[in-house]
Amino acid sequence: MEQLTILLIVIPLMCAPITALIPSEKITWALTLIVSLISLAISFYILYEVIDGKHVIYELGGWRPPWGIEYKIDSLNAFVAVIVSGISALACLFAYRSVPSEIDKKTIPLFYAAFQLCLLGLLGISLTGDIFNLFVFLEISSLATYALISMGKHRKALTAAFSYLILGTIGATFFLIGVGFLFAASGSLNTADIASRFSSFEDMQLVETALIFMVMGIALKAAIFPLHSWLPNAYGQAPSAVSVFLSATATKVSIYVLLRILFDLYPVEYWVDMLLPQIMLSLGCAAVIYGSYRAWQQVEMKRLLAFSSVAQIGYMVIGLSMLNELGLIASIIHLFNHAVIKATLFIGAGILLYRANTTQLKSLRGLGKDMPWTFAAIALAGLSLIGVPGTVGFVTKWYLLEAAVEKGLWIVVATIVVGSVLAIAYVWKIVENLYFRSKRKIHIHDVSSGDDGVAKAPKTMTMALWIGAIMCIIFGLNTELSFQAASSAATALLER
Amino acid sequence: MNQLDMTLLIILSIIVPVVGGIIVSRLGKHINIREAATLITALALFVINLLIYVNLDLSHENAVASSRFVFAEPIEGLAIAFSATAFGSLFAIIASGLWIATSIYAIGYMRGHHEKHQTRFYVLFAIAIAGVMAVAYSDNLFTLFLFYEILTVSTYPLVTHSGNREARKGGKTYILILMGSSILFFLPAMIIVWFVSGTLSFQEGGILAGNLDAIWAAPLLALFLFGISKAGLMPLHKWLPSAMVAPTPVSALLHAVAVVKAGVFSVMKIVVFIFGTDFITESNANHWLIWLPLITIVVASFIALRKDNLKERLAYSTVSQLSYIILGALLANEAGILGGTMHIAMHAFAKISLFFAAGAILVATHKKYVSQLSGLGRTMPFTFTVFTIGTLSIIGLPFFGGMWSKWYLLSGSLSFQGPEFTYWAILTGLAISSILNTYYLLSIPMTAFFNKADNDSSNASQHASGIKEAPVACLIGMAIPTCITVYLFFDPQLFYRLAATLNQF
Repeated sequence: MEQLTILLIVIPLMCAPITALIPSEKITWALTLIVSLISLAISFYILYEVIDGKHVIYELGGWRPPWGIEYKIDSLNAFVAVIVSGISALACLFAYRSVPSEIDKKTIPLFYAAFQLCLLGLLGISLTGDIFNLFVFLEISSLATYALISMGKHRKALTAAFSYLILGTIGATFFLIGVGFLFAASGSLNTADIASRFSSFEDMQLVETALIFMVMGIALKAAIFPLHSWLPNAYGQAPSAVSVFLSATATKVSIYVLLRILFDLYPVEYWVDMLLPQIMLSLGCAAVIYGSYRAWQQVEMKRLLAFSSVAQIGYMVIGLSMLNELGLIASIIHLFNHAVIKATLFIGAGILLYRANTTQLKSLRGLGKDMPWTFAAIALAGLSLIGVPGTVGFVTKWYLLEAAVEKGLWIVVATIVVGSVLAIAYVWKIVENLYFRSKRKIHIHDVSSGDDGVAKAPKTMTMALWIGAIMCIIFGLNTELSFQAASSAATALLER
Repeated sequence: MNQLDMTLLIILSIIVPVVGGIIVSRLGKHINIREAATLITALALFVINLLIYVNLDLSHENAVASSRFVFAEPIEGLAIAFSATAFGSLFAIIASGLWIATSIYAIGYMRGHHEKHQTRFYVLFAIAIAGVMAVAYSDNLFTLFLFYEILTVSTYPLVTHSGNREARKGGKTYILILMGSSILFFLPAMIIVWFVSGTLSFQEGGILAGNLDAIWAAPLLALFLFGISKAGLMPLHKWLPSAMVAPTPVSALLHAVAVVKAGVFSVMKIVVFIFGTDFITESNANHWLIWLPLITIVVASFIALRKDNLKERLAYSTVSQLSYIILGALLANEAGILGGTMHIAMHAFAKISLFFAAGAILVATHKKYVSQLSGLGRTMPFTFTVFTIGTLSIIGLPFFGGMWSKWYLLSGSLSFQGPEFTYWAILTGLAISSILNTYYLLSIPMTAFFNKADNDSSNASQHASGIKEAPVACLIGMAIPTCITVYLFFDPQLFYRLAATLNQF
């Protein structure tokens, strides 16, 4: 059982170099899919083990903590691992036809290798109980991400990847400085160890500085407003499959790290008086309004979705900064819910890109009538994004509302309402252009090749899209799994 | 019959139309079998609803907990659940019964009018009916809201059926107003109710009394009234005339019966089981809110007068009549609630006859405007007889079912407890509206029967140009609701019994 934990890291780690060496695009794809599916199965298995509050502990190389690296899996770890590996499998299914249409044939094996490394990094972050180890995985995933984004179709992808590289490195450096300071103060890198001996060194100024560095660094990685500027370009320019994977996982994992730092590493009482909750709450609210508003203004679908991500991250930040159980539940459940919604929408955008060779809303006019099923799935995911009852988005917003009412934070209630109205506006913008505007002839230069494949969305893509769309509904109706995982995670975080 | 079977029946009432729709969708090549499948589904659904009615325990409105069917519970205390109640049964019986008539009528209409995509039409129709059943049997406000929205979405493709520019424009207005208002007003109102009272289930005597400050009752009720724009309260009524671009069977069943009645049904449910009539009268919430339906009744009647397009005139008449029901609900006294509830039934049968007649005229003569109908009564006597009967019932004259609901509504208005001025305004408004009703509806069969054809073409030449009655299927479909309208005058017991249960609390 414990050995399974490390398999989540080892399998992608071993497969990635092998993938890079295989010249066939089909085999590399299959390998990636298998790796994702095995990871998904293992994470699910672990989640079922720990969902009622137990722990699974694995000591790397047999070294006892706090000297060795320890993986201590609770419900939150496993939940995030499920999200990451599940979305990876979904993105992989979608990638089968999408990647060859966007990426040069020769680089496809490298693409899948980088994809697996990214998966490895994200899984590592979600499992490890050692902050330096966490930094290492953060860098692995980030480096892979830079490579993946730069493979985008247009040359703009290069600048997007480069600016993300700069900002991401700054973020990681901040985080590393924080880790260093905390190590200097505590002499340990093990989360549980630092937390248990926290009172012995909490008077040091260094500890506070370390917290601020770490939070700043990870906020940049999580694209928390106003540190979000890299996100729209990066997601907008990345290859479709990468947008799907990253939008649904990368920022979520960073939010997870933030949760760990604030609730596990540091005791809540330590930072609650430092204005941090107030600052985060207002930044969260600002993110919701600003992100939704900018999303509404966009004329390109992938950028629109990216800005909507900024807003959705805002909801998560609001949830965790309210410091009550319902708020935390809302945040954690939204990690999952938003991952499903955004993956579905980006898959939809990817299909449109495949079909029309553009995601400019103006050029997509009337396309929904040619592709009613794709359009219907996009509309369903759009409704979830708004938070219509019966979909996953509603569950989050409901808990968030309850948390806000419990705390008497009316500003949050107002933000959620305004954010939802703006969400209606930007989702409607997509729907209107796809369906209600009269059709515009697709210009010949928009279509990359004259072959018939363009006329139909491939089966694998449609399958991936509908798996996502159906998950939006199923997990909006049957919340048992996600709620149980989130609530046991929230209790564990608050107990400390 | 034990409780398990009741639960099963409720599930069946939602599943049967969906399954019927799926079967119909596979039968696109065999149109006769397809139509038979639709009819069988409609009949089966009607029988199921009758069985539910027969087994209903009328002694208490809100069903025993064991007959509740919980489909899902996404958030604790917030379930998607169904249960059979007297009021829900009333609505379900009307909708499913008229679905049979509409299906027969639609066979004649759709073929006679050479509509395209007929299979899609029948499939979507069945799914919309499933939505109506779910609304009717919803156990709490959350479920009601959910299927209210699903009903909006599932009827959208029916509105835009013809797919031309006009249809798309109408469809856009339709979905924007219905969706927009429900999300902006209905949803927040529901959330407020949840936070105030901690539950959303329909309970005898309401759930707000004692939880909500009386001052806030009126604003909250206003949120609901505007949020449920399916009930057609002005100024959010524009979607209904827009929806008239749909084929006539859609206008007839969905936009005179199922969809709009789902709106007033929701209003009534909320007034009686969320607010509670006592709470409304105690908090005086209805004193100024009652002006909203009153103004709608009168203004919509005036607009109807000026509309030359026959279906649009009928649409505004519907807007006006729906407000009678809301008025009845807001009167919040025994006769008002009874009258409003019965009007749901009486108006349904009369208005669907009118729409069927209008559709028959369209199929037979391709005439859409009232001004073109002069003299047609002599070539299409059956159609215009149906139209006349429907008209008289809507006006509320004796020998037609519509009289009873108007009777109770009037007596409810007479016992209205409120400011003197409002009291007289209600009575005057009802009087004016009745006169206008007579004028804008009755003038149509009058011109058709008694006027000479306006241009030089005489009767003889009209016969020569081949104008005759609509296809037989249309005529059968029309005859059913018309006969029921007459029958209901002599025996309104079925609906009276169901409506009266609302007042037991």
